[in-house]
Amino acid sequence: MAVLQPTDMAGLAEAIASARDSLEIVGHGSKRRLGRPVQAAATLSTAGLTGISLYEPAELVLGAGAGTPLAEIEAALAAQGQQLAFEPPDYGALLGATGPQTLGGVIACNLSGPRRIQAGAARDHLLGFRAVSGRGEIFKSGGRVVKNVTGYDLSKLMAGSYGTLAVLAEATVKVLPRPETACTVMVHGVDAVAAIEVMRSALASPHDVSGAAWLPGRIGNFGSDAFVALRLEGTEPSVAFRAAALRESLKATNVASGEASTTLWKFVRDAAAFAGDHDRIVWRMSVPPAAAAAVAGLPDAEYFLDWSGGLVWLAVPATQAAESAKLLRHLTARHGGHATLVRAPDDVRASLDVFEPLPPALATLSQRVKHSFDPRGILNPGRMYREF
Amino acid sequence: MKMPEPDAATIARRGEIAADLRGILPAGSVIADEPRRRVYESDGLTAYRQPPLVVALPGNTAEVSAVLRYCHREGIKIVPRGAGTSLSGGALPLADGITLGLGKLNRILDIDYANRCVVAQAGVTNLAITKAVEGEGFYYAPDPSSQIACTIGGNVAENSGGVHCLKYGLTTNNVLGVEVVLMDGEVVRLGGKHFDAGGYDLLGVLTGSEGLLGVVTEVTVRILPRPTQVKAMMIGFPSSEQAGDCVAAVIAAGIIPAGMEMMDRPAIHAAEAFVHAGYPLDVEALLIVELDGPEVEIDDLVTRIDRIAATCGAATCQISRTDAERLAFWAGRKAAFPAVGRISPDYYCMDGTIPRGRLPEVLHRMKDLSAKYDLKVANVFHAGDGNLHPLILYDANKPGELHRAESFGNDILLACVEVGGVLTGEHGVGVEKRDLMPAMFTDTDLDHQMRLKCAFDPGQLLNPGKVFPQLRRCAELGRMHIHGGAMPFPDLPRF
Ligand SMILES: Cc1cc2nc3c(=O)[nH]c(=O)nc-3n(C[C@H](O)[C@H](O)[C@H](O)COP(=O)(O)OP(=O)(O)OC[C@H]3O[C@@H](n4cnc5c(N)ncnc54)[C@H](O)[C@@H]3O)c2cc1C
Repeated sequence: MAVLQPTDMAGLAEAIASARDSLEIVGHGSKRRLGRPVQAAATLSTAGLTGISLYEPAELVLGAGAGTPLAEIEAALAAQGQQLAFEPPDYGALLGATGPQTLGGVIACNLSGPRRIQAGAARDHLLGFRAVSGRGEIFKSGGRVVKNVTGYDLSKLMAGSYGTLAVLAEATVKVLPRPETACTVMVHGVDAVAAIEVMRSALASPHDVSGAAWLPGRIGNFGSDAFVALRLEGTEPSVAFRAAALRESLKATNVASGEASTTLWKFVRDAAAFAGDHDRIVWRMSVPPAAAAAVAGLPDAEYFLDWSGGLVWLAVPATQAAESAKLLRHLTARHGGHATLVRAPDDVRASLDVFEPLPPALATLSQRVKHSFDPRGILNPGRMYREF
Repeated sequence: MKMPEPDAATIARRGEIAADLRGILPAGSVIADEPRRRVYESDGLTAYRQPPLVVALPGNTAEVSAVLRYCHREGIKIVPRGAGTSLSGGALPLADGITLGLGKLNRILDIDYANRCVVAQAGVTNLAITKAVEGEGFYYAPDPSSQIACTIGGNVAENSGGVHCLKYGLTTNNVLGVEVVLMDGEVVRLGGKHFDAGGYDLLGVLTGSEGLLGVVTEVTVRILPRPTQVKAMMIGFPSSEQAGDCVAAVIAAGIIPAGMEMMDRPAIHAAEAFVHAGYPLDVEALLIVELDGPEVEIDDLVTRIDRIAATCGAATCQISRTDAERLAFWAGRKAAFPAVGRISPDYYCMDGTIPRGRLPEVLHRMKDLSAKYDLKVANVFHAGDGNLHPLILYDANKPGELHRAESFGNDILLACVEVGGVLTGEHGVGVEKRDLMPAMFTDTDLDHQMRLKCAFDPGQLLNPGKVFPQLRRCAELGRMHIHGGAMPFPDLPRF
């Protein structure tokens, strides 16, 4: 299959404008298995659109080509004591994918880690972009400043559109200082229902929790007891004070710091609990936090919670793919939220609704939005929904 | 400011349209007589006035939907309106359009502490949300200075900010869901009590769309627990350059305060004369830095910032000892607009954003422009995120002054764009900045935005004449220039 790999904006525009057939959009392909499989005549890669073009630490802003490896960006930020606060996850191991993640890919899929509850999602950190729409036209939106309401906020629309509206060429993101220190307060021996209450109470406290997860026992190398993990970040005196306060009020069993804390949050962030086990399919559900236990209670499912319960990760036997889809969507209809089939074999992702099906009025509106950017329907056709 | 040519035939039908609306809405919900229509003739940007065709005041979502369905069927334009505090003319009525007042949708529907959110009807005021949850120790973070009056629906439409947005984000970062009525009367829900969209983030684009994409009837916002402690520092500088350096140095040190505001000499003097906050009068710039969190954290940061300020040449530095004192520091800043209103018959509030580091340069240009246009300017500034609010002082009764003030304002905004900033940070484009849009966007950029509008409102009936400098028909915008003459793969379904 033909692979187009433009090295500049004009080349990207030309590739799309002259496309005679549909295109699958990739960076290095690390997230090709996310979403529905795309049947396209050619592949268009952003891997040639690289390089950090703007980085002003004092202005908290960074701009880079969409194909820039995330690792390169994170290294540049780390050198200045900064970071992408939305904590982009790495689903490489989970999806069984190789190849480095790109900035454009992380944004196009709106992927955010545990700090979502405190710092926002990828969509909240995209300040502006330049892209080529399905019309083959270069356009931009937003800018390089945080406060900006000039015109529609197309950054929000681009984040999470999986390359179906336009191909990002350059993205400008808000960056933030890396916290001086972090630690994790743990409460062991709580089941999911009790965990939701512990997390609720921690998030209702003024202690500025930047990660709230629950892991069942025997998952990863964290012992046999289920536990709640609550992350605190900030200056040394502040973290010490808040950790002591939470420890006391929640009757915590342990406080992890340094490497132990970092490893735990990476494990949660990347859903590493379910990596490498391809007999099971994996669902990721965004729900009202208080509904997590009700939503997660599937027979034969193993699950853990992030986002204070607002994010439920579930693994179910691959043989139960269709039943689980039906059950979970029944639960989201009842409790609110949406379920995404994150990992499953291609044929399963082709036959099931990977993303939460939209109510008719929203489906029509979304189709019209798609059509307005990509009237020929050539960008990643079918990646999000069968119909467009 | 040129508005789209009003349709004389529609205006001629005023009586009939009012009667139709009375058939749809309960008694007392339709205003058609001239003196009472005039009440709605402008929003916070009072330089522009236009009484609406008719005012409709629906009381619930079903009534909003019925009015929109009617307008859709009859091809009548409609302008949503919250509290009318917009500073960009977003809620400016149209002579041939219905103004849809949402003030009656004023109930808080659900306070959900387990999910840390509040569901409110669109007409609930921003402050009412915080008031409803403060007893339990929570608050709603975005706090525009107009918060006692402005509605949460208006906040969503404008993506409003406030002094605490530096740390806690704008409206868009704090809204979880909305119920919205589309132009054809269809009611849809975007988001809910959970995070992020399952499909396209239509909630994200609706936020800040200035009433052009749909009418918001219900909003679900995130609430946050009150911080343990809050303190403010008030730091005076002999020059605005030094104050600007201090802001940059604080952020470079890895500190993101809860708020970081700056005022220049004319603003300091106006505010002090108005509220007697105890501001130092012999400085060129004043920074107010607010810190929140546990006391140990605040004390540590106060020490660090104090040191940074001294390095940057601070002339004075005060730290609030009590909450009353902290509020006094803020009183002058929060009352800056009315304070300036006292020293000048009229003022014109601008709202550009710049990269913080370009502040001295932009302030210098403003000084030159002030001389050129012979009008005074006072500056308040959301320094932490680079959002400038120059207040241009003028007297509308003096011939030519309003026009000069507007030209001055335009030049300031163009200077903002030139240094890498934007035309509006939080007040919206509305009619005010509409014709400046080409300074920031190419035709192609704007066409992509207008096509999105067409996806929501193909008849362009919802708040037309705002945001986009040129109205173009959706059919024309949708046209594709096809390479080589042929449409590729013609059997693909097209929508
Ligand atoms: C003294 C003063 C101080 C201010 N301070 C700030 C500040 O600190 N930060 C800031 O960001 N802004 C500020 N503003 C501007 C203004 O208050 C905000 O833009 C506010 O969000 C407008 O809310 P509103 O209810 O008054 O909306 P309106 O003025 O009635 O309408 C504003 C726009 O939103 C649309 N709209 C209103 N309600 C709806 C709805 N339910 N559905 C769809 N569209 C709707 C209207 O069509 C219009 O385009 C200030 C204004 C004043 C007068």
